Amino acid sequence: MQRMLTGNHAQSLAAKLARVQVVAAYPITPQTTIVEGIAEMVAAGEFPCEFLEVESEHSALQACISAAAVGARTYTATSSQGLLLMHELLHWASGLRMPIVMGVVNRAVAPPWSIYADHTDTVAQRDTGWIQYYCESNQEVLDTVLQAYRVAEEFRVMLPAMVMEDAFYLSHTFEPVDAPSAEEVDAFLPPLEMPYALDVDRPARFGSFMAPDAYMEARRNVADGMEASGRVIEDVEREFRERFGRDHGGALPLFACDDADAVLVVSGTAASTARHVAREMRAEGKRVGVAKLRVFRPWPVAAVRALAAKVPRLAVLDRSFTFGFGGALFQEVRNAVQSPRAGPLVRGYVAGLGGRDIVPATIRAIFDDVLAKDGPEVSWVGLQEVTEWPA
Amino acid sequence: MARLTIPAEELMTPGHLGCPGCGATLAMRYLLKGLGPRTMLTVPACCWAVMSGPFPRTCVEVPFLDCAFEATGASIQGLRAGLDARGVKDVTVVGFAGDGGTADIGLQSLSGFLERGVDAIYVMYDNEAYMNTGVQRSGATPWGAWTTTTPEGRTKPQEKKDIMAIVAAHNVPYAATACVAFPEDLVKKVEKARGIRGPRFLHVLAPCPPGWKYAPEETIRLGRLAVDTRVFPLYEVEGGRYTITRKIGKGKPVAEYLAKQGRFGHLTEAEVAEIQRRVDARWAKLEALARTTAEVTP
Repeated sequence: MQRMLTGNHAQSLAAKLARVQVVAAYPITPQTTIVEGIAEMVAAGEFPCEFLEVESEHSALQACISAAAVGARTYTATSSQGLLLMHELLHWASGLRMPIVMGVVNRAVAPPWSIYADHTDTVAQRDTGWIQYYCESNQEVLDTVLQAYRVAEEFRVMLPAMVMEDAFYLSHTFEPVDAPSAEEVDAFLPPLEMPYALDVDRPARFGSFMAPDAYMEARRNVADGMEASGRVIEDVEREFRERFGRDHGGALPLFACDDADAVLVVSGTAASTARHVAREMRAEGKRVGVAKLRVFRPWPVAAVRALAAKVPRLAVLDRSFTFGFGGALFQEVRNAVQSPRAGPLVRGYVAGLGGRDIVPATIRAIFDDVLAKDGPEVSWVGLQEVTEWPA
Repeated sequence: MARLTIPAEELMTPGHLGCPGCGATLAMRYLLKGLGPRTMLTVPACCWAVMSGPFPRTCVEVPFLDCAFEATGASIQGLRAGLDARGVKDVTVVGFAGDGGTADIGLQSLSGFLERGVDAIYVMYDNEAYMNTGVQRSGATPWGAWTTTTPEGRTKPQEKKDIMAIVAAHNVPYAATACVAFPEDLVKKVEKARGIRGPRFLHVLAPCPPGWKYAPEETIRLGRLAVDTRVFPLYEVEGGRYTITRKIGKGKPVAEYLAKQGRFGHLTEAEVAEIQRRVDARWAKLEALARTTAEVTP
């Protein structure tokens, strides 16, 4: 059924369709309407779940972890500072192998205060053992939440997943979304059967102290789950396409890359703008393409290398900044494709921080720069020259 | 013939990693005796996160979920909600945390747990400092006590945080203090708590030989002295009604309790007298609370 939904409504509806059993959340702009939407459905009796209005994001994620530990399907959502507050629990969730799904509305981190789109909040969590999906449309948000449960709960994986949407560009923007029926979703996503839920009839301890003779193997076990998730993500998307007649291209969907002289790697809503510009530039005779980084964790290294093998120049757009050398996506792309003698030229571009619009001119400037012979390795795009701060 | 009121069933096995004379091991042992096997524990960073034994061993025969240091209250609610969602109603969920994990870093999630009326039991075992990390001052450390972060010359200049008052301010159905040196009373309170619905709180004094600096065989004697000197009164708060469960007339001199512990070894006579004055004042306040709330219907 076609419905007009915001990205946040798509998150709430997906949680309901997934028959989530425990929701714990805390308000933060621009995530708040996700939990409000869930609260309304719970109040109306349409969404039977335990709805916990906790006193912080930290407690929200702890409550989800503990509920998952006894075998319940769980959901939470947050943004920015809330996600940063959860950081410790992000590690707990993956280390305990709890298949929690979390909606994240990407928002800039303070200071300075900003409620607008920026990926720094989630990029900064890349090392926490969570699967990370970045969405481009509200349809993709809804579909990806459903897919994320299948991936997270797959026995080989058993890891939490976060499903991102850009603040306001998706979270508060209405788009037509094809909402599947409960029956269709039930057929795709069966109830969670935790292989090792806490149970008084089989007492066990989760999370105990591990001496140096065991700790490394436990971490490797998590790494194996993350490694396995790459394949599962592709399998689940194939099945999704068979059942629902649409998909979102896997981890790294490509647009016009086969004969391209330069390809832009980008995540989130800026991908739409990038394809629009690529079409325009192709009409002008410039051979450019777009690779949308839909999945950042697990890192789709094989897909990135396959792309690099056929493209002489890669531009990487980071809507976030990591203090170090260039943005995180740039670093990872370059690490994946670099070799002493061969490989494409890779350039990093930081743009769209704190909700600054990434407009066609932004993308065009990036393509022009990467097609030129000798631009700097990392550039900030759209940066205004500040000669004097307001008194 | 005396009637045994403590269940014989043991849900804590030998082989724990606690120090000799550890009061916190007794707190867990009696708690589980009072609750029985249909119990689920969640435990944050604290002595008990280590004492249960390293992977793959554990010395308690009920499910045990480790949680983040500051999140016991939230973990309790998650367990309860998950069990409810799965239709499991006959399991008692218990958060078991130290004084630092409860009264300091975990105070926010404790308050959230109490305010939201979660149907579960929260036990704070109180050894009056961060003992797992090696005796650092906590909010529950008493006035004048030595710790490694309040060394001699700068011993704790603040009063022990009154966690029971904080809990009682949430209007919970049941909160009680107990001490491992009075096991019948402790088990009775655990059993009482088990029969009540809503958020319940137990504040259990657990003497700590290395932290308080006394010989391990003195744990029970010290626990009894803490109560009988009125340093640690045993009482219940039921929906606002205070009841002193071990009535003590004049009380033994606090000097007797303090003299047995190295952590108070530096105290001058004047300081001991100051502690006696504070203890007397607190007791008088507690008696007044018991008198004025006697007619309150829980």
